Amino acid sequence: MTHRLRAEGLTLAYEQRTVIRELDVAIPDGSFTVIVGPNACGKSTLLRGLARMIKPAAGSVTLDERPITAYGPKEVARRLALLPQSPTAPDGITVLDLVARGRYPHQSLLKQWSVADEEAVREAMAATGVAELAERDVGQLSGGQRQRVWIAMVLAQQTPLLLLDEPTTFLDIAFQLDVLDLCADLHAGGERTLVAVLHDLNHACRYATHLVAMREGAIVAQGPPGDIVDADLVKAVFGITCEVVPDPQTGTPMIVPAGRETRRRRREAAAAEDPVAVTPS
Amino acid sequence: MTTTETRPLPTGPVVRTERVSVRVRTRAVTATVALLVAAVVLGALAMTLGDYQLSVGQVIGALTGSGSRAQEYVVLGLRAPRVVLALVVGAALGVGGAVFQSLARNNLASPDLLGFTTGAASGALIAIVLVGGGPAGTTIGAIAGTLVTAVVVQALLGGAVGGYRLVLVGIGVNAVLAAFNNFLILRTDLSTAVAAQSWLVGTLNGRGWTQVVAVAIALAVLVPIAAAGSRRLDLLGMGDDVARGLGVAVERTRITTLLVGVALVGVATAAVGPVAFVALAAPQLARRLTGTTGPGVLAAGLLGAVLLLAGDVLGQRLAAPTQFPAGTMTAAVGGLYLVWLLAREWRAGR
Repeated sequence: MTHRLRAEGLTLAYEQRTVIRELDVAIPDGSFTVIVGPNACGKSTLLRGLARMIKPAAGSVTLDERPITAYGPKEVARRLALLPQSPTAPDGITVLDLVARGRYPHQSLLKQWSVADEEAVREAMAATGVAELAERDVGQLSGGQRQRVWIAMVLAQQTPLLLLDEPTTFLDIAFQLDVLDLCADLHAGGERTLVAVLHDLNHACRYATHLVAMREGAIVAQGPPGDIVDADLVKAVFGITCEVVPDPQTGTPMIVPAGRETRRRRREAAAAEDPVAVTPS
Repeated sequence: MTTTETRPLPTGPVVRTERVSVRVRTRAVTATVALLVAAVVLGALAMTLGDYQLSVGQVIGALTGSGSRAQEYVVLGLRAPRVVLALVVGAALGVGGAVFQSLARNNLASPDLLGFTTGAASGALIAIVLVGGGPAGTTIGAIAGTLVTAVVVQALLGGAVGGYRLVLVGIGVNAVLAAFNNFLILRTDLSTAVAAQSWLVGTLNGRGWTQVVAVAIALAVLVPIAAAGSRRLDLLGMGDDVARGLGVAVERTRITTLLVGVALVGVATAAVGPVAFVALAAPQLARRLTGTTGPGVLAAGLLGAVLLLAGDVLGQRLAAPTQFPAGTMTAAVGGLYLVWLLAREWRAGR
């Protein structure tokens, strides 16, 4: 297994607060890696750190056997694309113009719209199913359509590595599945490595080929969902009591939280045993 | 999906040669050319107006050296420097405004509303009152004043760019700086005070080729830098992470363009005094004309040139023989524009 993108001893901090401490992670090439964990566990921070959005307080990120900081900004952008959590579309921009911005790392002052640019934009729009929307104003689209347009923009970058920060947040269940199916399609060719931060553990188990489970800025477990996800892991990561059953549709692990009464009894028992370490729910 | 594969992208015309490939934005190009024509025509007309009546033909004659001595004196010595100064100062303010509005991702973030222009005036006044002025001293003072104000405003805003917060901080900064400017004028001797006061209203009276050359040099150096950076600035509008993800050197772009904007506003203010409204309105009107999303540096500059020249012509002619300074005219019109803009934002619920 090769790893074009990895981090060693990575420590990431905002101002005073250290979110991630001395973390090692390697993204398997060609995988659909999904990072999961409770709120504020540092999963988005890790993704942003891997995409050189945050300067590490210690440790380093390695891209293609060189420190990511050794590349020029556009050079990185030709190898690795990131869709952040809440990008802002400029007022009145059309779908085509937004997707075309993904070509920036391939362009120069004089070469702003080569045949290759046009092809890449066409392909990205076709792959995400937004070709018909080309002349529409991005602000007028539905949330699901807009997310497809943003994915088209990072696709137009034509990078072997694609990082998505919570691409399904704020979408209803139908659009969530729609975006995840799209990600699975993008991954299916085998050429591309996808890394996404997701909230829903069941979605993560269904779509990920490699799962990274985090808690409090550290990795608790990683591997194929079928190998690592069980009731103990869910307890360790999210602190909830649950049953893990095979998903009736896909056979991947499915998390069924225990009923309210069961969880309360477990919590009281745990509190009686160890009054200090009381975990939520 | 299969049927769209072959359909051409609605990109509009594309120019491709061996070394160059660009999309031609028909509307933006048309608007820019139209603005250029408007600036030239308005400039020519402005040179015919005045107590000494001239026809357009006589103006052209004087400019090309075939007019009478009196005509040449009126056109080249009196009217041309004033018209050209209005054009270059307006252009500098337009480009500076476009840069700041893009940087702050806020249409209200113009150098006059944020107090940069008043800060430039403070710097220039310090130079006039304490060092005795002179074009170089005034210019350096104005640039330093703009830079200091920009840094202070940045610190006060602390990264937040909400519309009303921006305006409120601007009001505060403007008030403090205006009081400081008054203090400077009051504690100096009468003749310096009169000179400073006449400069403070923002007028093209009594300026000449010296100021034109200074601003023109600044434009020649800074506008290409601003234009080259305008794509990066445009990408910054989508958020720092998106821009960085696309390969924009975010911090470097921000600092370079901030310095370019500061220098443009500082030089323009040093030349004619603080002029309101142009830096606020020119970029917005330019974006509306060109139908583009970016800072639109060139169109904003041209529109700024046209606006300031129009303001000066109106100020001279509206109530002739009484003359209003261009700065007073633009401030009056700008106040109305700002009220309209805020009312619109209010209704949009921002």
